[in-house]
Amino acid sequence: MRILVPVKRVVDYNVKIRVKADGSGVETANVKMSMNPFDEIAVEEAVRLKEAGKASEIVAVSVGPAQAQETLRTALAMGADRAILVQTDAETQPLAVAKVLKALVEKEGPQLVILGKQAIDDDCNQTGQMLAALLGWGQGTFASKVVPGEGSVAVTREIDGGLETVDLTLPAIVTADLRLNEPRYASLPNIMKAKKKPLETVTPDSLGVDVAPRLTTLTVVEPARRKAGVKVADVATLVDKLKTEARVI
Amino acid sequence: MANILVVAEHDNATLKPATLNAVTAAGTIGGDIHVLVAGKGAQAAAEAASKVAGVAKVLLADDSAYEHQLPEDVAPLVVATAKGGYGHVLAGATSVGKNLAPRVAALLDVAAISDITGVVSADTFERPIYAGNAIATVQSKDAVKVVTVRTTAFETAAATGGSASVEPVSGAGAAGLSRFVSAELTKSERPELTAARVVVSGGRGMQSGENFPLLEALADKLGAAVGASRAAVDAGFVPNDYQVGQTGKIVAPELYIAVGISGAIQHLAGMKDSKVIVAINKDEEAPIFQVADYGLVADLFKAVPELEQAL
Ligand SMILES: Cc1cc2nc3c(=O)[nH]c(=O)nc-3n(C[C@H](O)[C@H](O)[C@H](O)COP(=O)(O)OP(=O)(O)OC[C@H]3O[C@@H](n4cnc5c(N)ncnc54)[C@H](O)[C@@H]3O)c2cc1C
Ligand SMILES: Nc1ncnc2c1ncn2[C@@H]1O[C@H](COP(=O)(O)O)[C@@H](O)[C@H]1O
Repeated sequence: MRILVPVKRVVDYNVKIRVKADGSGVETANVKMSMNPFDEIAVEEAVRLKEAGKASEIVAVSVGPAQAQETLRTALAMGADRAILVQTDAETQPLAVAKVLKALVEKEGPQLVILGKQAIDDDCNQTGQMLAALLGWGQGTFASKVVPGEGSVAVTREIDGGLETVDLTLPAIVTADLRLNEPRYASLPNIMKAKKKPLETVTPDSLGVDVAPRLTTLTVVEPARRKAGVKVADVATLVDKLKTEARVI
Repeated sequence: MANILVVAEHDNATLKPATLNAVTAAGTIGGDIHVLVAGKGAQAAAEAASKVAGVAKVLLADDSAYEHQLPEDVAPLVVATAKGGYGHVLAGATSVGKNLAPRVAALLDVAAISDITGVVSADTFERPIYAGNAIATVQSKDAVKVVTVRTTAFETAAATGGSASVEPVSGAGAAGLSRFVSAELTKSERPELTAARVVVSGGRGMQSGENFPLLEALADKLGAAVGASRAAVDAGFVPNDYQVGQTGKIVAPELYIAVGISGAIQHLAGMKDSKVIVAINKDEEAPIFQVADYGLVADLFKAVPELEQAL
């Protein structure tokens, strides 16, 4: 079976972001960008399924600017077979991305789409669920284990109270949580090889999808800062402060 | 003004507190608040919802198809209900709400607004982005606003005082796309992490799961829940659902005690709205001290038992 893996280019998780002074957004110029960490986990899972003989081809997809090619090359270096860039400079909101992905699913016919559970820039946690809705497929979100069977896939999900396992009819959507696997680093030879793997570029228009944002961001501001605290000398002082100053115990 | 539909989170017998936070958020938007309870044998949950202060009506969809509230089955029911004249669909930003709301939104062809921390007006909301390092104010012009509510940002509505009617409704039932197999729920006598007044969390500094009883003893003295950093969970010290952070649980207790946790931004995202933060860490440069009201630079293996004794 074919697996589609959507990967998003985001500000690297180690970067301390800066809110623009005019409140229009977060500074992304000259900032290190990387593949969304959850998408690395999604790619890794697809590659492992292929290595286990359960998948035949992995197609990585990104919706974004020309630079998202780098993100796709990373996916190819990790083991994806080919890549599609849906090029747009528009802000990509989850509903629009889901519509683009639906169009690609209809073209490519994958049995499984593995996304990240959440993009660490918008923190939306929506795209996989939306794609599942648009396709009328089952969704195994926040997956910590994925076991494909005959015509179905068993997905163990991280839920608030523990774990839940559901069985989904294929084709289906999976979104990767942190403990699904530990993504590999691409080796140098694989990075070189990835440069020769096919990377096709299309546009949302050519797929017949309107990607205009539905939500308007009015302002982006820094969160309220906490007041600086104090260091206490010992446990006795700590207990005293908690009792008499903070009055929380 | 259009009505607001709150999708209840429940286990058929009882209502989950996240529903009460969503009702409070709904109250700040304005309009009659209706609560949809989809479940199997969920009369008790529906009755609990009818008593919540501020709720005008409860819709009960009782069907074996909704027993485990799988989104493939529940989303069409919510969509059909919402089309009956609601301007907003709200759910708690919990693992259940996050799974369901975007599916509902896409079926309605509207944006979903995740994890709101504030209501500016009926179409404008505040929500954290970049692990809470920025707060965006977003406006939706869609006909229906589908929203998940960060539970720590809204008080819980009073569980009693209301007297709403309970009306039966029905939906299409099972979609046949998914089947519940099993659940492995973490058992604990302690309060639930997201609802606890005090949370004691351990990080990689705990060194192993065998050392967590140190924290548990402290938690028991304080009536606290036990949480953890991702590093502690990844290392297998404690179950996954203990994780506090950007991608784990969001908590905002009266008192948060971080033990052997360095304070990575992804962890801070889940706890920095706590009222009082205590950090115990042997490294005086640890970033956790930048958000701690009270920092104790000490070896946790000495400080934690001492603290437990002192309480
Ligand atoms: C996409 C993504 C999502 C993430 N989501 C989350 C999340 O939701 N939650 C989360 O927590 N993390 C998350 N992380 C991980 C995060 O970046 C950090 O790696 C993690 O929080 C570190 O955990 P820690 O503080 O326990 O470990 P460390 O950073 O290793 O810190 C251990 C601390 O213990 C102290 N210590 C050691 N021994 C002792 C002792 N004897 N006495 C006292 N102190 C001691 C050390 O000084 C140190 O400060 C995420 C990362 C990514 C990339
Ligand atoms: N612009 C994009 N291009 C490709 N994949 C995306 C894009 N945006 C979101 N995704 C996928 O959807 C997941 C969830 O994103 P979000 O709903 O924005 O939190 C991500 O982890 C990606 O797998």
